[in-house]
Amino acid sequence: MIIQALAFYLFAFVAVAAGVLVIASRNPVHSVLFLILAFFNGAGLFVLLGAEFLAMILVIVYVGAVAVLFLFVVMMLDINFVELRSGFLQYLPIGGLVGFILLAELLVVVGGWVIVPEATSVAAAPIPPIDQVTNTEAIGRLIYTKYIYLFQASGLVLLVAMIGAIVLTLRSRAGVRRQKISDQVARRPGEAIEVVKVTTGSGI
Amino acid sequence: MAEFWDQYAFPTIEIVFYIVLIVAPLLGGVAYLTLAERKVIGWMQLRKGPNVVGPFGLLQPLADGMKLFFKETIIPASSNRGMFFAAPMVTFVLSLIAWAVIPFDAGLVLSNLNVGILYIFAISSLGVYGIIMAGWSSNSKYAFLGALRSAAQMVSYEVSMGFVIITVLLFVGSLNLSAIVEAQSGGFWNWHFFGILFPMFIIFFVSTLAETNRAPFDLPEAEAELVSGYNVEYSAMTFAMFFLGEYANMILMCAMTSILFLGGWMAPIDVAPFTWIPGPIWFALKIAFCLFVFLWVRATFPRYRYDQLMRLGWKVFLPISLLWVVVVAGWLFAMDKVPGA
Repeated sequence: MIIQALAFYLFAFVAVAAGVLVIASRNPVHSVLFLILAFFNGAGLFVLLGAEFLAMILVIVYVGAVAVLFLFVVMMLDINFVELRSGFLQYLPIGGLVGFILLAELLVVVGGWVIVPEATSVAAAPIPPIDQVTNTEAIGRLIYTKYIYLFQASGLVLLVAMIGAIVLTLRSRAGVRRQKISDQVARRPGEAIEVVKVTTGSGI
Repeated sequence: MAEFWDQYAFPTIEIVFYIVLIVAPLLGGVAYLTLAERKVIGWMQLRKGPNVVGPFGLLQPLADGMKLFFKETIIPASSNRGMFFAAPMVTFVLSLIAWAVIPFDAGLVLSNLNVGILYIFAISSLGVYGIIMAGWSSNSKYAFLGALRSAAQMVSYEVSMGFVIITVLLFVGSLNLSAIVEAQSGGFWNWHFFGILFPMFIIFFVSTLAETNRAPFDLPEAEAELVSGYNVEYSAMTFAMFFLGEYANMILMCAMTSILFLGGWMAPIDVAPFTWIPGPIWFALKIAFCLFVFLWVRATFPRYRYDQLMRLGWKVFLPISLLWVVVVAGWLFAMDKVPGA
């Protein structure tokens, strides 16, 4: 048990420290790397809770795909570091407001558990209890039965966002030669090669 | 004190022993894979390959290792020092930790994770960080171009690999690697390689070539245009760590191919002379075969152009694998073979 407690404090401490460094570090690339470290420690906390499926999905989706694209964009930006920090005071009120709302919500949730312990039973539990099936199966049974419409709706929202991004950035330029692989494969020697009989000394 | 020994110290020593037991043969395999690569490609091109150091050149990997070990580590003046050193370490460590969940025989696995295949997938999707950090921190345009290519390539091919893994999981009904192998027991006709998953095997194998940046998809290090891509500024042991990590990843991907499609540690036929050979040997033989195909492909195919690479990933593999998820799920449902239903 003591190992678990130590692991929890390690993950929690590193996650919070990395979160602070995300906004504190001067170089945006370092910020993204600290963000990745925070994700990792979040995954570690999920593992400690026995939710290894969520931990792995967090690493695959956020660290393996989203943060790569993030890093990709940040590395290619030409950033003026002084200019970047100049708007700090201007954005402080709205940032502080968002932070305060998040903190208040967390306090309401966690405080609710402490004040009214019965409230935890309202939360949806997997249909076979978690100690009978693996947590992958438990989450699957919950998502694909009780929350199927919400689950599909969130998929549709992402699809719409993706199509929107493509529509906004797609432009057809004139004069671009595109490779059409089907045309190339469909070519026959008869239409591509011509055999010419050349008489000596005259050329074609 | 006795409690401390039983609960903490002894398990730690035990795990470290098992880790050494896995990592030492793996690094030996990496060393001799480099020799095998040069030998096999040599034979395919009617050359001899390395044959000077030791009998048949068998000591060549040692000589290469010694050379890299005694070279000077050069750090470019305008590089980002911390990340420059972190990048090869990330690559190397990631290529080793994935082996924790690979089952070598029934029950012979360091960590029998419930979500073993997701763990492997997560680790392999992190591999891109070593490369992208190396490219950026080197502060060199060749290295950076190589890193950008590599990042785009690895992210693209992971998508279709994910769908291929889903089709296999539909058959097995578990994310545990041992369970995936157990589902293919009883002879080679039960392997996922034979049957409706065969197209997925092809897609998975080609995707692993792209995922490990191997020919014909070795654009990140295209020596003709990018000198050597993301690792152009690295020398000595930092370079050696990239090299070791890359080859350990190749072996890992071949192990994944064997587990998902070629029956892992299972003997091809479940009768006497075949079952006498222990499981880890069958597993090693299957990995060796896949590695041979990796080398064979490198000696055979020219490098893809970048837009062709992206077209293959997004416009060919992704639709086919997506369609095949539906086909396999429908087939399993129609035949009433859905696991756990």
